[in-house]
Amino acid sequence: MYLEVMDGKVTGTLPSMNHPISEGSLCIKGWNAHEPVHSQKRLTKPLIRKDGVLTEASWDEAISNVAGELARIRDQYGPNSLAVLTSAKCTNEENYLLMKLTRAVLGTNNIDHCARL
Amino acid sequence: MEELKKKVKQALEEGKIHGFLGLKADEGDISPFFMTKDNIAELEKLTAPDGRYSLGKILSRIAAQNPGKAIGVMVRGCDERAIIELTKASQLGTASTVQFGVACTPQTAEKCNCPQPYPSTIDFGEKAKSVNHGELLTKLEQMSVEDRLAYWMAQFDKCIKCYGCRNICPVCYCQECTLEDKNLVPGGIVPPATPVFHFIKAMHMADRCIDCGLCEATCPSNIPLRTIYRHMRKVMQELFDYVPGRAADDKSPLGTLEEGGRLIH
Ligand code: SF4
Ligand code: SF4
Repeated sequence: MYLEVMDGKVTGTLPSMNHPISEGSLCIKGWNAHEPVHSQKRLTKPLIRKDGVLTEASWDEAISNVAGELARIRDQYGPNSLAVLTSAKCTNEENYLLMKLTRAVLGTNNIDHCARL
Repeated sequence: MEELKKKVKQALEEGKIHGFLGLKADEGDISPFFMTKDNIAELEKLTAPDGRYSLGKILSRIAAQNPGKAIGVMVRGCDERAIIELTKASQLGTASTVQFGVACTPQTAEKCNCPQPYPSTIDFGEKAKSVNHGELLTKLEQMSVEDRLAYWMAQFDKCIKCYGCRNICPVCYCQECTLEDKNLVPGGIVPPATPVFHFIKAMHMADRCIDCGLCEATCPSNIPLRTIYRHMRKVMQELFDYVPGRAADDKSPLGTLEEGGRLIH
């Protein structure tokens, strides 16, 4: 599909009319794929809850915090105490990588997708 | 095509048009593009393929950003008809258009089932013969009302409410769409309330549909939407001799009151 861009802003979505798979069709999520792009509600910086308050953090801090907590929970309670929910807003490839991360690194089959909620 | 590119380039350089909207081929894919003098190299990718988009609809968005300016646009038969309707409905604001006409190939005309595969002025290509397959409409017209309704209800049951038919439609331009009015079409239900969802659109299309067939082309459920709108066009022609997209000074009979046998606009 295509994103329509006007003056540097994403304003709309169009199906690819000659795509061999979608053949010019999109589902409602596809047709609205542009909507979250400039949403005010989007997170633009990592936030860590410190003493109950969401506080801005650097990427390094946020990633090591998440990795550390995941490792701690896995070691303490076992891999099946973890679960991952992937997103329709990710690409296929990102979802695939999350599946790999969950099974091969976290060591659990607890992975599902928001489309099945 | 080289001739057409030259014409567009000249119009841009002479300042006759502020920008140009057309279709381009990029890495094997066809997409609409808009360019100005500043990225003139883009023009090299201009193409007149089978694939098509609602250039009229995109034009109306560009026009809104460029009041008072002249916008160049590549038009095929269906684009020209859409722009006529959009102009009638004041959707181009104060922007004006300079149209570069492209006639479709016989293959494209066949693929689109297109009765008029060329615009009024042709800058590229040759007039192909009119195509007009209407077998389904003829078949449906011969059915009883009950059977016909049953046919459409079964079709509408396939609808996934993607709104694609509305989104792609070159002449669907309302800011607030009735199809999103929760009182008429309750939210969160698939298929959407039938037949009201589809018949609202059909009624709204009565004096606007230019029969490009993009709705049907984009429908993921393969609902023969065009046949409904073609029927509406037929009724409008029979009753009022009105054909959307025919001429910019035609007035829609749905926007007129009759007084003493005279049509008042
Ligand atoms: S609908 Fe007609 S004018 Fe439009 S692209 Fe198809 S053949 Fe050409
Ligand atoms: S394009 Fe087809 S599936 Fe989508 S809303 Fe229209 S009729 Fe329904």
